[in-house]
Amino acid sequence: MFSYCADPDTLGTFRWFSCYLTNGVHWSFYLSFIKVLALLAVTAPVALGFGFAGAMAARSHFPPLSWLGKGYIAIVRGVPDIAFFLFFVIALDQAFEWTRHKILCPDWTDPIRQGNDFIVCQAAKLPLGTAPEWVHETYGFFLAVITFSIVFGAFAANVLFGGMRAVPHAQLETAEAYGMNRRQTFWKILVPQMWVYALPGLSNLWMVLIKATPLLFLLGVEDIVYWARELGGTKTSKFTQYPHGDWRMWYFLFLLIFYLGMTRFSEIGLEKLMRRLSHGQATSGGELLRKETTA
Amino acid sequence: MKNLILSTAALALTAGIAMADTVRMGTEGAYPPYNFINDAGEIDGFEREVGDELCKRANLECEWVKNDWDSIIPNLVSGNYDTIIAGMSITAERDEVIDFTQDYYPPTASAYVATSDSADVTGGVVAAQTSTIQAGHVAESGATLVEFATPEETIAAVRNGEADAVLADRDYLVPLVEESGGELVFVGDPVPLGGGVGMGLRESDGELRGKFDEAITSMKADGTLNEMLIKWFGEGTATYGTDGSVVTN
Repeated sequence: MFSYCADPDTLGTFRWFSCYLTNGVHWSFYLSFIKVLALLAVTAPVALGFGFAGAMAARSHFPPLSWLGKGYIAIVRGVPDIAFFLFFVIALDQAFEWTRHKILCPDWTDPIRQGNDFIVCQAAKLPLGTAPEWVHETYGFFLAVITFSIVFGAFAANVLFGGMRAVPHAQLETAEAYGMNRRQTFWKILVPQMWVYALPGLSNLWMVLIKATPLLFLLGVEDIVYWARELGGTKTSKFTQYPHGDWRMWYFLFLLIFYLGMTRFSEIGLEKLMRRLSHGQATSGGELLRKETTA
Repeated sequence: MKNLILSTAALALTAGIAMADTVRMGTEGAYPPYNFINDAGEIDGFEREVGDELCKRANLECEWVKNDWDSIIPNLVSGNYDTIIAGMSITAERDEVIDFTQDYYPPTASAYVATSDSADVTGGVVAAQTSTIQAGHVAESGATLVEFATPEETIAAVRNGEADAVLADRDYLVPLVEESGGELVFVGDPVPLGGGVGMGLRESDGELRGKFDEAITSMKADGTLNEMLIKWFGEGTATYGTDGSVVTN
């Protein structure tokens, strides 16, 4: 990074750290923070979408759809996260490749499963074997987003399902009395009011999601915890210009600060959101707001 | 005209497949001097150098991929990469699941390291990395085995007293002992384990295995492999004779 970094052994502490903290491997570490933030930014809305669809399905009046929604919620909530992350991703990846294999290589006669091996034709590989490494990494990231979304979507579905039920029934009856049909009642009366009931549960989920990002490494995405462990480990002078002892504590301390910062930041944001959603609601929060504005 | 476009497209597609000789090399990146991440953030080490040379000799385009040790075999058999080149010793148990090339590193000596000479390596608590031959050896030796996911953690366990000793490849331990300032010492005699280090491949990938086997033979024959062994493991390491036999120095 800096011109004086050629021979770090001769540098003073400050300059040594300025070189050490800006070497290539540290940039990968900093990049992984962006990866985690990107994952959160993408997963949260997608999971909410899954949750909304799940909750809508679960309260459907059409039994098979309702079973589907309730089954999704029950099964995903019941399976331990780590089992889900280990099993589901490989299964999902193989399902994609199997489908592509059937479509792209119909002439292939060899079995796909040969003993332990899972073999599809070259053209069905996902991503293709020739694809550059960044494509593989993006694909891994995409699998991570889907997996996180399905898991957290199930929890979100349960929360939203509860939120929908918490909307006072009188509101829905009034809507009907005004001549609204079922669809109108749902979108115009129920949905706008349910968020205030769902938000405490959803904010919990958001916090858990932030802390669940280290599971990314199980999916082959190098996240901040992986890099902290890798960089903090003992380095001997034979293999690096920056030898040091076991510094994992300091790296993990930095992660602690990062995660606490994220938590605080989220709390402030969620507080503001709650205030906005409470406006005009028949809840104690809404009542408080009304008094504030009229006083 | 339409036909022409179609056939060109088909040609381009098949050409793409014909060129698909990229071999993805899976490694751990946490086991110096075999493989590690250097200051620039790239995979480096003995196996990086050997692997690149093998690919050159076998006319393959190679790409390096990192994967953690625990799931390195499952990801190979499900096709996420094509080889394992991660200091993996050839053992009968692993051979049932995957195939190995011939060894490019002679059968290794493992060693115990502890904080004092008096550590009890057969009756005490001994740390080793999960799913390694060393972990298997400790379990059979009568000592209490504690397993860790990474080699780094096994050393940390000895330093903080959680384990009395650690059993790992001697080559991994040498630089750590040298730079510990007397805190860590070798205990007892080296333990010969495993059938050397080879590249792991899917059992169905015989053709690729043949190519790598041939390249390893040629590297043994012209002495380039020995140069790399000495460069990364020092003068005292075992090398290969031109006929592929192991020479202890």
